[in-house]
Amino acid sequence: MKINDVILRTISRIVVFIILTFGVHLFLSGHNTPGGGFIGGLVLASAIVLLYLSTDIETVKKSLPLDFKIVAATGVLLATSTGFGSIIFGVPFMSQTFAYFELPIFGETELTTVTIFEAGVALTVVGVLVTIILSISEDGG
Amino acid sequence: METLIIMLIGILVAVATYLILSRNIIRIILGTAVFSHAVHLLILTMGGLKQGSVPLLKEAEAPYADALPQALILTAIVISFAVTAFILVLAYRTYQDVGTDDLDELRGAEDE
Amino acid sequence: MNNLIVLPLIIPIIVGIVLVFLRPFVKLQRAISLITMMGITGVSLYTLNRVQIDGIIRLDFGGWEPPFGILFVADSFAMLLVLTASIVTAICLIHAFSSIGEKHEKMYFYPFVLFLVAGVNGSFLTGDLFNLFVCFEVMLLASYVLITLGGTKRQLRESVKYVVINVLASWFFLVGLAYLYGTVGTLNMAHISERVAEAGQGPLLTTISILFLIVFSLKAGLLLFFWLPGSYSVPPTAVAALFGALLTKVGIYALFRTFTLIFYHETLISHTLIGIMAGITLIVGCIGAIAFKDVRLIVSYNVVIAVGFILIGLAIGTETSFAGSIYYIIHDMIAKAMLFLLAGTMIYLTGKSKIDEMSGLIRNYPLFGWMFFVVTCSLAGIPPLSGFVGKILVGQGAIESGSYILLALAFISSIIVLYSLLRIFLNTIFGETIISLEDEKPMKMGMIIPIVLFGIATISLGLGAEFISGYVADAAHTLSNPSVYIDAVIGGDK
Repeated sequence: MKINDVILRTISRIVVFIILTFGVHLFLSGHNTPGGGFIGGLVLASAIVLLYLSTDIETVKKSLPLDFKIVAATGVLLATSTGFGSIIFGVPFMSQTFAYFELPIFGETELTTVTIFEAGVALTVVGVLVTIILSISEDGG
Repeated sequence: METLIIMLIGILVAVATYLILSRNIIRIILGTAVFSHAVHLLILTMGGLKQGSVPLLKEAEAPYADALPQALILTAIVISFAVTAFILVLAYRTYQDVGTDDLDELRGAEDE
Repeated sequence: MNNLIVLPLIIPIIVGIVLVFLRPFVKLQRAISLITMMGITGVSLYTLNRVQIDGIIRLDFGGWEPPFGILFVADSFAMLLVLTASIVTAICLIHAFSSIGEKHEKMYFYPFVLFLVAGVNGSFLTGDLFNLFVCFEVMLLASYVLITLGGTKRQLRESVKYVVINVLASWFFLVGLAYLYGTVGTLNMAHISERVAEAGQGPLLTTISILFLIVFSLKAGLLLFFWLPGSYSVPPTAVAALFGALLTKVGIYALFRTFTLIFYHETLISHTLIGIMAGITLIVGCIGAIAFKDVRLIVSYNVVIAVGFILIGLAIGTETSFAGSIYYIIHDMIAKAMLFLLAGTMIYLTGKSKIDEMSGLIRNYPLFGWMFFVVTCSLAGIPPLSGFVGKILVGQGAIESGSYILLALAFISSIIVLYSLLRIFLNTIFGETIISLEDEKPMKMGMIIPIVLFGIATISLGLGAEFISGYVADAAHTLSNPSVYIDAVIGGDK
């Protein structure tokens, strides 16, 4: 029996973008308000899982040709490199620093190295979650 | 207020214990998940439940909300997410290979 | 250059991730992982010598001063264990090159071994209780993956139980941490120790210490070892050797740290309880070691006996017995890894695992047979091999403090260990040869070389006990005087 999933497919076309925007917002606001790398990564991954649910695996694989295990590994590498980088500068492991920069559109913003670490965490979470969902679903269950 | 939360934690642990002592693997995993929720609530309660403000010196005055349990709970949630995800996939794979999810069938080796 | 002591944690993680990218290149993975482990061994040897000169080394993560930040503290006890763990892993990796098989080596075997070592090193070096929890979890997650590597039915069955029990133990650890944080308000080990000493270890803190005792006993296999024989007899040989040598020792290290640094005031309750648990562990371990016929089960119960013996050293509580336990932990890591490798190789060579179905291996593989004899003597404590010094010092400590029951149990257990291993030796190595010369499988070089290396290690550890006695005495001194540790972390400046 073919399940009528018109509603799911129509809604998810719009909702995926809302979820992605929310995920990016959570990620970027993590420094001063609740949020951060972990929850940002989870929300981003849930958007990708919604894509898997409303279409099938091959369609998503054509549009996102990423091996998610490599994404997770890149995330961990990024996160530990920020810690390791502080060793190269001679300060204790995992020291973070920040500075104020003049960006063209945003004006004066505070950029820190914590954001690079959080980006690594977010990538790891996305990679791990999508790998897990794919490994359970591979055999058409 | 703490009494109420401690009673809630007690109920959650009781539910978790009941689930963990069952025969079906999925119920056991659900039991560990419920137990992890109880433990996270416990860490939060142990930090003190009070009307606190943002724990930044220049933003507000005392009393401050305790920042340490929040960090502990976040780390614990991440770890419990990873472990629960792993054990769910493991249970699914065991069910596919061995053919049963009843723990009595999974007992010991046949040739002992 | 205090950043030195974080290298045993961070280098295996980074190299492990790089190896994930190198998934199809198995030979390159093998070379890189072996070079990394030898590098970590060199770094930890250098750091151990630095600790002798400079005293306890401390690294504050992110520059946050204790007691507010996470920190790594390297004292002699931790560095000795890190050094031994690195050596054991390097030699087990050599065995894994020829025994795991390329199909499984491509399933990220080397990255997860490196993550396991990173978790173990992190647990040994950390000075913060929550960081101990996190490093435990890193080590345990890597071990969950390694125990299921291969995916046979037996492995899946045992690993479900192993994972559930360890998950429960982790949540109990968190419960204990929550209560401890609620009581003392800090998570830094040295700071907790100061506050517990100020407040006096009343009934509340003693109860919390019993909770920690239960958690670490689940991990170490002290009395609560019901998961151990099943879980250590199913993974591939090199993995089982790593588990038997490293995982229980982390639990033992945690027990030593908590009960000599933090909860050492009520020894009448806590250390008596540890003594009773260690005694019962020894008795049940001895019964298990002589009851079974499957060689892997006999070896797993020998792990249990070793845990009981080491914790008798903690229960007695004098500086001599601490030194004996430290000697014995180092000896046990090497000898148990060797024993697991021997058992696994025996099963590979004969295809059978029960000792009455194998016989006469001395004619087919003479070097193998004599290596088994070496490990039997070493574990039984026969001089000049390495088990001897540990047993003598623990016995001396027991006589000093008058715990004669523990002394008797410890020495009877040595005899039972000798009997159980001799039983394997006489049944499988001696006796008439049932495998004829045409049928025998050739012994791979990569399998016998690590066993010989371990044999050389245990002989030289026994002969050179005087050489490391300086390090061990320093470690025992730090364990029995917590103020040394506390001063290095909180008292002075960097």
